[in-house]
Amino acid sequence: MADRQTRRRDEGYGRLYRGSREGQWSWVLHRVTGVVVILFLFAHVLDTAVVGWGPAAYDRVVSIYKNPVVQFLEWILVAAVLYHAFNGVRIMIVDFWPRAARRHRELSYGTIGVFVAVMIWVSIVMLPRVFR
Amino acid sequence: MAGPGMVDLTLRIRRFNPDVRPDPWWEEHTIEAEPNDRLLDALHRVKWYQDGTLSLRRSCAHGICGSDAMLINGRNALACKVLVKDVAPRVTVEPIRGLPVLKDLIVDMEPFFAGYRSILPFLVNESDPGDRERRQSPEERARFDDTTKCILCAACTTSCPIFWGDGEYVGPAAIVNAHRFVFDSRDQAGKERLAILAEKSGVFRCRTTFNCTEACPRGIKVTQAIQEVKRAVLFNRA
Repeated sequence: MADRQTRRRDEGYGRLYRGSREGQWSWVLHRVTGVVVILFLFAHVLDTAVVGWGPAAYDRVVSIYKNPVVQFLEWILVAAVLYHAFNGVRIMIVDFWPRAARRHRELSYGTIGVFVAVMIWVSIVMLPRVFR
Repeated sequence: MAGPGMVDLTLRIRRFNPDVRPDPWWEEHTIEAEPNDRLLDALHRVKWYQDGTLSLRRSCAHGICGSDAMLINGRNALACKVLVKDVAPRVTVEPIRGLPVLKDLIVDMEPFFAGYRSILPFLVNESDPGDRERRQSPEERARFDDTTKCILCAACTTSCPIFWGDGEYVGPAAIVNAHRFVFDSRDQAGKERLAILAEKSGVFRCRTTFNCTEACPRGIKVTQAIQEVKRAVLFNRA
């Protein structure tokens, strides 16, 4: 008889839902990149508003974008914008092309493929400046 | 060790009983089972021979009543359609998410059925067919065949991240059942249903994560049905 006594253990949460690998995770990434972009937009509204104090003040604030750390964050920003844009197009295709629901995996991998391809080019342009 | 032809299976079960403790807890049971036993048999063995307080819901035990949807190894499935050999030696069983847990694996299905009722899940046709049937061609019948298979187990609705976070969303199952009538040539309430599903709680909550399609134990193309209803709302071609 292999039946054994019970063991009790306390743990707070259940495990992560293992949903659709392509669908669920592209949705999570879409939300994360959306938040990243909107946070930048808040900062961007503030830094352009500084022009109201004159060109000298504006130049001083905008010079922060020459800092390598900020340039690396800019690279992350471009990645977030590109992912959000390409995935947004994918979502529109899934919404309006009747046969897309059957092809959603291929569409997701295609989106990631386009994103990676463009990011390689973006990295070649942007990253050398960060590490200079 | 398990006897000949048998395997050991450890079930890690998320328990909850507000009369005992205010918070859920985990319990582990190890049982012996045949590889071709279903996970439901294993749960029965735990309940009948180890701990009679374990509560779960099941009726037909053959994948058609839709009572025993559970979160099994992080995915929604019917316990009567999962085989021991596919999860042994260890399986995690939790109640489905997004609905209030009453006890152990039993959830309050009422919010789920409220969403189902809201889309008028019955044939509406005020015209008098006389002493004949309402005729339908095989093509007209095929248009909504996929969504007639729903057994209302809530595996799709409770796999949906939007449903977990937004108590207003009617959820995939309600939309599947709306699809079943919206695209039925005999039905006359299509416009009414599409108006209900055009509301904030309706189809446009869907973010096409496809979790519902992968969770459906009946193999219904749930996301595709939702997308068809979305387009019907947009272009009003029910």
